[in-house]
Order: sequence, then structure tokens, then C-alpha cells
Amino acid sequence: MAHTDKSNWELIKNGMFSENTIFRMAISLCPSIAVTNSLKNGFFMGVAVIFVQTMVNLTVSLIRNFINPKIRIPIFMLIIAGYVSLIDMSMAAFARPVYKQIGLYIQLIVAFASIFARAEVFAVKNKIVPSVADGFGMGVGFFLAMIVISFFRELLGKGALWGIPIVPGHPLLIMILPAGGFFAVGLLMGFFNWMDMKLTARKAAQGTTR
Amino acid sequence: MEAKRDQFIVSVSPHVRDEESVRHIMWSVSAALFPALLASFWFFGPKAIFVTALCIISSVLSEYIFQKALNRKITINDGSAFLTGLLLGMNLPPSLPFYVPIVGSVMAVVIVKQLFGGLGYNIFNPALLGRAFLLITWPKAMTIWSAPTAKLTGLDAVTTATPLGILKEEGVGKLMEEFGTKSDLYMSLLTGERAGSLGETSAILLLLGAAYLLYKKYITWHIPLSFLATVGVLAWVFGGKGTLFTGDPVVHLLSGGLILGAFFMATDYVTCPTIRKGQIIFGIGCGALTMLIRLKGGFPEGVMFAILLMNCFAPLIDRGVKPDLFGAVKEKKK
Repeated sequence: MAHTDKSNWELIKNGMFSENTIFRMAISLCPSIAVTNSLKNGFFMGVAVIFVQTMVNLTVSLIRNFINPKIRIPIFMLIIAGYVSLIDMSMAAFARPVYKQIGLYIQLIVAFASIFARAEVFAVKNKIVPSVADGFGMGVGFFLAMIVISFFRELLGKGALWGIPIVPGHPLLIMILPAGGFFAVGLLMGFFNWMDMKLTARKAAQGTTR
Repeated sequence: MEAKRDQFIVSVSPHVRDEESVRHIMWSVSAALFPALLASFWFFGPKAIFVTALCIISSVLSEYIFQKALNRKITINDGSAFLTGLLLGMNLPPSLPFYVPIVGSVMAVVIVKQLFGGLGYNIFNPALLGRAFLLITWPKAMTIWSAPTAKLTGLDAVTTATPLGILKEEGVGKLMEEFGTKSDLYMSLLTGERAGSLGETSAILLLLGAAYLLYKKYITWHIPLSFLATVGVLAWVFGGKGTLFTGDPVVHLLSGGLILGAFFMATDYVTCPTIRKGQIIFGIGCGALTMLIRLKGGFPEGVMFAILLMNCFAPLIDRGVKPDLFGAVKEKKK
């Protein structure tokens, strides 16, 4: 069992930036295109994923010594499905208008690659606190990605933010259609990769001059 | 010995060179489009000049700025950005707010062409994808068509529907009502005195340009002919009302952006198959998709989407029709 030797803060940062679900790992891209046509939808989707990811990592880590490796996948599925049902029902009760739009994708969190992957590669091998930190970091990374994508899509596609009109005129309708989702995700991914290239280049330059 | 060495030039093939180059071809195609462009200025007035100029300027400028920003070699002199802007302008309706052509050109040059690696690497035809983007983004502004009444002097034009729009919404009867007799209809479709995108209306001048390109062998007959033939046959078979084999192929062949698309955009070297057999398949596919959209789809015109969809298939078609290597032994299936 490979225990992690990173500090909790490093784990959170890892999930948020260097292993960001959408922009760096390029997994769970389906909701990043499907629900990010408004900031509100993106926000709630992100919150739901933070909750599920953290709680799944916590639970898997708690019972890691009792999971028989041969049946670990069904067990993970059950845990994930349980928490997804929880958030699904709470949102149906307390955030009705949003749930009507993105309810299907909330249920689809069950099939998220990122949640399953973290349970499999991290939580099942590590102690509780690092697992929670890792899950939370991953969730926040996803949340930030959803916020950034939906911010640009709603602003450009509707000229509004959180449903409040800001920019008058004729918005770029395509940005709130699925095609616009691909444009937004692709361009933002390119932008972050470019930033990353610049930062590593600068770090390397500093390393040589020192 | 030392002096003699200079007399032998050792170089890599090709050894026989011509004055043809990317640059030469691009400017020739632009020149071939010029008569139709002039006709559009005549029919649609100053607004047409404005839209076309805006497209060309913003295409060339965005190519320059993008390449400058990324420290790439600046290639605005090769005329490809100019041609993209020109084609995009000719594909737009004449009366548009100023920002529409600008956004379309930036989209075409930066996203479709430069982000994929520049000229020669783009999957889709830049001008057409720019137009598709605009059509989906501002569906209303992109479907306001002007009647061809400006004649360079008139300032404003009456809005009307395109022949294909009338055909789709109200049928052949209404189309006859608008244009008079059948020969009148054919005549206005041929000369271009009809509503439509800027450069697509004048069939005869476009054909003139296409004939020049065919004569100079910049394009071959494979794609345009198979494209037009498929459209003609399908229009004849399925274009009629109710019964088969009663459609009017001439109306379908001459209206919409078919001539412009078949000769000037489907034949784009970068986005069509390179093997002749593949080009015929490509043309047939374009034609079939065009008629499918025109007759059954939600849009009155389908040339743009047909070419873009077939662009995706170009590499696949090329793989499918690749000739066997001479003397190569086929790998046995296990």
C-alpha cells in the first residue's frame, strides 16, 4: 500500500490545480459541457460534486481495511450511489428550479470517472484525513472549473450572470448551445496549458540562474 | 578542380519548377471570384461592399495579430487569409450589423485555421465554418435577405426571402408568382438578380470564374461535377410534390450557394480528399447531404453544412480509396 507523503494542503492544491479534473486530467467532461450554460447550474453542480467526492473518499478510507479487493468496485459503486441519492433528493427538495434543469446530471455523478478514480487510486490506500483532503481538493478543482466555464458561457451566450442581465445587445447564442460548450472548454484548457507552460519555463529559468 | 565543383548543383527533387505557388493559386482564385463579387455590389449596393471589405480586413488583420502574438512566421502575403475573408463575405447576407462579419472572420481565421496549425492543417473550410458559427450565433440577423434592387445607387433594399426559402415555405407555385414565367425564373437565377448571400447569386459569373480555374487546372472537375450531378438527380427524383421524378433540377442547381460551394469551397485543397476517386465520393456525399437538408431539413439551404460534414470524412475517404502499392504484398489476415 502506497501511503501518500504529501501534506494535506498539498493534496488539496493538487486536486485544485495540478490534477484538475477537467482542465488537466480531461475526465468528467460530459457535465462540463452539459450543465455549464449558466453560472447557477455550474455552481450547484460543483457543490454537489464537492460533497459526493469528499464523502466518498471519507467512507472508502474508513472501511478500506474491510473491503475485499475482489469486490471493491461494486462496493465503491454502492457508496457513490448512496451519496448521490442523498444530494439528488436534497436538491430536489431545496433547490427545485435548478434541479429541474440539471437533475439528470446530478444523478449521473454516479458514473463520474473522477470520483471513482480517486476512491480507487487514493482513498482505498490512505488514512482518513489525507483522503478527505484529496477528495475535497478534487471536488473544489471541479467546482472551480465549472464556475470558470459557466461564467464565460453565460456572460457571452446570454449577456447575463446568475440570471441577471449585464451586457445589453445581441449575445453570442452559440455559447449556451452544446457547440459553445466545446469551444469554451477547449479554449480554457488551451489557456491553462499555456499558462502552465509559461510558469514552468519561468521556474526553470529561475532554477538555472540561482 | 576547385572551380569545377560549382558547375554541378546537387539538390533534392522536384527539379522542374513552375511559377505556381500557394500564393499564386490563392490570388488566382480570388481573381476568379471577382466578377461575381462585382455583380453583388451592383445588386446589393454599398452595404455589400461594406460587408466584404470588413470580412477581408478583419481576416487579414486577425491572421497577422495571431501570428505576431505567437512569434510565428507571418503569412498574410500568401493570400489565404484574404481568400478566406472574401469567401466568408460572399457567403453572408448583404445587410448585417458591423460586428457580425468581424466575429465570423476572427472565428474562421483564428479558431478554425490557426489553432489547428495554420494553412494546410485545418480540418474544416475556414470560411464555411465561420459562416456556420454566425448562422447559429445570430440566426435572425443571418437570415435577413435583401432584394437585389440597389443597383449601386439605391441606399436601402427591401427585405425578402431567398428563392430556396420560398420554395421550402410556400412551394413552387409561389416561386412562379414572384418571378413570372419559368424562363424568367431561370434567367434571374442565372444572372443573379435574386435575394441571397452576397456572392452566391450570380450563377453565370461564378461559372465564368470556375471555368478559368478549371482551365488553369487549379481545380479538377471531379468534386464540382459529382456534387452538381448528385444534386440535380436528387432534385429531379425527390424534388416534386408527392410524386417522384417531377422535381425541377434547374431551380435547385442554380439557387442557393450551390455553384459557389461546389466550385470554390468544396474544392479547397486542404479539406477535400486528394485522390480522384475519393473526390468523386466526396462530391456525391456533399450533393446527397445538400438535398437531404434542402428537402427534409430545418434550413432552406444545405450546401454549407453538407460541405462541412463531408470535410470531416475527407481523411477517411482518402484512406478508403488509397491505391495498392505497386509490388507490395498484402498482409494476410489471421
